[in-house]
Amino acid sequence: HPCILECFPSPTSDLLKENKSLEVTASSRHYVDRLFDLDPQKVLQGVIDMKNAVIGNNKQKANLIVLGAVPRLLYLLQQESSSTELRTECAVVLGSLAMGTENNVKSLLDCHIIPALLQGLLSPDLKFIEACLRCLRTIFISPVTPEDLLYTDATVISHLMALLSRSRYTQEYICQIFSHCCKGPDHQTILFNHGAVQNIAHLLVSTSYKVRMQALKCFSVLAFENPQVSMTLVNVSVDGELLPQIFVKMLQRDKPIEMQLTSAKCLTSMCRAGAIRTDDSCIVLKTLPCLVRMCSKERLLEERVEGAETLAYLIETDVELQRIASITDHLIVMLADYFKYPSSVSAITDIKRLDHDLKHAHELRQAAFKLYASLGANDEDIRKKIIETENMMDRIVNGLSESSIKVRLAAVRCLHSLSRSVQQLRTSFQDHAVWKPLMKVLQNAPNEILIVASSTLCNLLLEFSPSKEPILESGAIELLCSLTQSENLALRVNGIWALMNMAFQAEQKIKSDILRGLSTEQLFQLLSDSDVNVLMKTLGLLRNLLSTRPHIDHIMSTHGKQIMQAVTLILEGEHNIEVKEQTLCILANIADGTTAKELIMTNDDILQKIKYYMSHSNAKLQLAAMFCISNLIWNGEEGSQERQDKLRDMGIVDILHKLSQSSDPNLCDKAKTALQQYLA
Amino acid sequence: MGHPQPLWAAVQAPHQCIVQRDNHLPAAGCTVADTSQDGTALHHRTASRERYLGDDEEPTQLPTSLGVHHTCITSLARGSHGKTPKDAASVRATHPIPAACGIYYFEVKIVSKGRDGYMGIGLSAQGVNMNRLPGWDKHSYGYHGDDGHSFCSSGTGQPYGPTFTTGDVIGCCVNLINNTCFYTKNGHSLGIAFTDLPPNLYPTVGLQTPGEVVDANFGQHPFVFDIEDYMREWRTKIQAQIDRFPIGDREGEWQTMIQKMVSSYLVHHGYCATAEAFARSTDQTVLEELASIKNRQRIQKLVLAGRMGEAIETTQQLYPSLLERNPNLLFALKVRQFIEMVNGTDSEVRCLGGHSPKSQDSYPVSPRSFSSPSMSPSHGMNIHNLATGKGSSTHFSGFESSCSNGVISNKGHQSYCHSKHTATSLNVPELNNINVSRSQQVNSYSSNDVDMETDHYSNGVAETSSNGFLNGSSKHDHEMEECDTEMEVDSSQLRRQLCGGSQAAIERMIHFGRELQAMSEQLRRECGKNTANKKMLKDAFSLLAYSDPWSSPVGNQLDPIQREPVCSVLNSAILVEVPRGTNPSSVR
Repeated sequence: HPCILECFPSPTSDLLKENKSLEVTASSRHYVDRLFDLDPQKVLQGVIDMKNAVIGNNKQKANLIVLGAVPRLLYLLQQESSSTELRTECAVVLGSLAMGTENNVKSLLDCHIIPALLQGLLSPDLKFIEACLRCLRTIFISPVTPEDLLYTDATVISHLMALLSRSRYTQEYICQIFSHCCKGPDHQTILFNHGAVQNIAHLLVSTSYKVRMQALKCFSVLAFENPQVSMTLVNVSVDGELLPQIFVKMLQRDKPIEMQLTSAKCLTSMCRAGAIRTDDSCIVLKTLPCLVRMCSKERLLEERVEGAETLAYLIETDVELQRIASITDHLIVMLADYFKYPSSVSAITDIKRLDHDLKHAHELRQAAFKLYASLGANDEDIRKKIIETENMMDRIVNGLSESSIKVRLAAVRCLHSLSRSVQQLRTSFQDHAVWKPLMKVLQNAPNEILIVASSTLCNLLLEFSPSKEPILESGAIELLCSLTQSENLALRVNGIWALMNMAFQAEQKIKSDILRGLSTEQLFQLLSDSDVNVLMKTLGLLRNLLSTRPHIDHIMSTHGKQIMQAVTLILEGEHNIEVKEQTLCILANIADGTTAKELIMTNDDILQKIKYYMSHSNAKLQLAAMFCISNLIWNGEEGSQERQDKLRDMGIVDILHKLSQSSDPNLCDKAKTALQQYLA
Repeated sequence: MGHPQPLWAAVQAPHQCIVQRDNHLPAAGCTVADTSQDGTALHHRTASRERYLGDDEEPTQLPTSLGVHHTCITSLARGSHGKTPKDAASVRATHPIPAACGIYYFEVKIVSKGRDGYMGIGLSAQGVNMNRLPGWDKHSYGYHGDDGHSFCSSGTGQPYGPTFTTGDVIGCCVNLINNTCFYTKNGHSLGIAFTDLPPNLYPTVGLQTPGEVVDANFGQHPFVFDIEDYMREWRTKIQAQIDRFPIGDREGEWQTMIQKMVSSYLVHHGYCATAEAFARSTDQTVLEELASIKNRQRIQKLVLAGRMGEAIETTQQLYPSLLERNPNLLFALKVRQFIEMVNGTDSEVRCLGGHSPKSQDSYPVSPRSFSSPSMSPSHGMNIHNLATGKGSSTHFSGFESSCSNGVISNKGHQSYCHSKHTATSLNVPELNNINVSRSQQVNSYSSNDVDMETDHYSNGVAETSSNGFLNGSSKHDHEMEECDTEMEVDSSQLRRQLCGGSQAAIERMIHFGRELQAMSEQLRRECGKNTANKKMLKDAFSLLAYSDPWSSPVGNQLDPIQREPVCSVLNSAILVEVPRGTNPSSVR
């Protein structure tokens, strides 16, 4: 019965299998044995036979590695006494082995293949050098190889630069090695300092497509987020043509997609570094449309991801580019398609495609969110268009709870960008209760997500936002207070910023909750923060807390002493005008309180300071100081006469007279109003 | 993809036209554009346009101007205030977009949005109401400035792109490869607006409120949008499509396929000796019997010589049932016979007339290139004639061969006997040369002129002026415009007499005409109406309405070149009879 046979394979077939694998091992063993022959000619023939046996045969490769062929091959390759031919063939076989599985590469790395191959590059023989480079290339492009291995010996890079002139193969392999091993600014700087730009630039016009392409890739990684390289590139010329022009030619629509996309990346980096203006036609009419095309349905999923990410980066900070992108080729609608993978069709029709789609689905979604975030960063109309795209808010909400950190981060970014719209905060944000998943994202999230999520929260906490109440109820204060204690500066800023927004025109309970949650110590900690942004937002928070008379009196009755201390400290410290102005505004608010006034009136030190700022050279500070005075001497409040007298004795009235003659109309008006209080 | 400049073309024209919607009266000399039809419109022809078209196509005009005089600003005044859609008016280009141009693009600059900026830019078919903005009616498509919507033959628009206003440049690109259309704004593509567009659309601009002024650019100025780049992409796409086109295993053997093609071409046109030689040297088998090829060749020869009566007779002898089963073919042959009678070439009138211009026996080779290589056995005949008349002559001029033809005809059909041994000496590379040199023939025309004259006299056929006649008839049309009357009289006296000038022949011709008329009526009774047949007969009879049929408006029927289509149809019909013979594969 065929069914039974399949379920229980007969013992004979098992035996056969075993025999077969034994056979394979035996033949592999034979290949390895021949490497140890005493006759060098036979060794050479053995290596050549081995080369032919392993091509395209992963099983054979694994066998040979297990049987210890690698150390022997490396030994033969390094042996000075070996003929160049033998050494070359060894490098070729090793290259073949490296083409196999990731495990193969790991085994090769364990045998210290890289130093051996790098040593080989010193040989005078070009064929041998090319074989070594090819093998090195294969190893370095594997994800299991740490790219740092390229930079361990400083002489390696300069030697590779020198080899660039040898042949089109050395050019192709070396450029490919560089573009895969250049990760981050340190690597970029090393390569740049070794003259990578000058050495590689002329390869962009090579007759070999592969060389041109690898050279282009080199520039795209060298220039990525690197102003130094980008600024250099813009002035380099090859055959009388500047690099930007060469890049523009490479993004013509009849060029291979890979080339268009990579040159668009180069131009994008140069633009973001400020080397090319954002209104330059090569950006507006060439790079941007090219990147939009890369997002189209006709492109491969990988290309669409890269295109969208690059475009998001290009337009991130320029509203004009955002506007152009938003109308180009229905980009906003086109991006909605990024969320349709894996499609229901692919699941039914073929499993391979489903697998492919699944693999790219996360990448596609995060790329689309990123691009939406950039598109909607500044323009209200574009935001509206984005939100009107089918199921947009649902998609963001779903994105916020995805398992992939990348998608969550991008979704939060997108939400943040859209949260800048007052209208959207009041409508779609409310309809979809986005605050719920947002608050969830904020729990135990990594810093990069926290930063964007808390910025978004800042916007959702603005006083006109209907989400404000539910967010508060879900324990936002506690969360934000904890953020202010973060090591991460951006998180501290966002935490205190959100608290500031929350305190704006808030009811007393919220204000008390904030103060309690933050604790006075933490408040002082923040007031002495080294970052001026944190300081400003903390002062802003204080100012918002100290508004409306009952609140002022209440807070000052509980925290008066500490607040006065802090204010004194800041006014005495070395701070910029804005900080001092903000501080004087806090004093003015305190002066508006009923009982709180006394805290100023009884503090001669503070009064002297106010007097000092009334005559300060900066009009803003003068005005802020006058607000204090004005609040203190206002008629009809209890004890106003005494306060007026005290201040007159301090010489304030003289200053007011002087200020009433000021050329600044604001100061002049304010001084006159104050003087009237004395007359009444 | 044989042309150096393939099909897609951005238009290039030196003219500009500005269209304005205005309440003021138009300046003197202006056309009210919304009423202008093709007849009143200015037609701009430029040389640059035609280079985009294929050699074998009739030059078609690209739309390069709106239907208004380009020299002035034209207003679309209708005396109202543009408040309702009724006040709208459109102008469209003088010509529709030809399918052969592949990709068509034009731009419109909004000089002024006028009061409300109700402007539409798009496409419309002929006959669409021009008192409406493009897009509102059937077969009309538009992108409107006030709301940025696209209108696809409908009064309600779809959200499409941004609005546009004064200073914007709006482009419209029609892709005739996939029948889509997209717009551009200030050089940025806005994405596909319409799909499944019908053919023959006119670029159209519509305006509605006072003060609206637009300026159309059909390529006279550089475009804002990089259309060249778009065309490059499509060129590459199509090229890749061709490169990737799947080829069956057998067809992949190019060498064999080309040899087969050459062989079947030779067999089809009856070059039996060459076909035989070619088959031998390429190890192929000729699929038709040699005798059969020769038969066909004989018939073809008769047709091309204008000896229709003999041709019909021979056909009936060799393929008894063929014409019986193809009454329409027989009719066509007889009509041709009638024409040849008028011409004086048909054997029935020739024997009656006695006088016959010798040259008319021979089939002349016109110096112009032919519409399709398969239709012109004349090229093939060059081979034979050259070989027989000239021995080792090396140039393949059309005139050269017609001269030698003229000579040979005196000696009956020797050339075809000769061809046997000469053709066998031809080897494959030479054959290739001949095929390749088709275009060169036209060029060599002038350079061989002197040679021709010499041959002409030395062969002693000057008095019958065989070449003169041939040239006269083939070049007749344009000579007419230039020649003075004296020349006319002179030439007609010499060469052109109805039925060769014999009274008996004329009577025979009249009689034959009656028979033909009767046959036509019978045919109609049996097979029903046939407009083609009717026209054919009418045209042929019309020849008699002129004192000089050769210079009449229907005179081109007498041109020996007109024997070719008849010859080809007959040949194909015979090949259907013959086992294994079809059109040469090159025709496909």
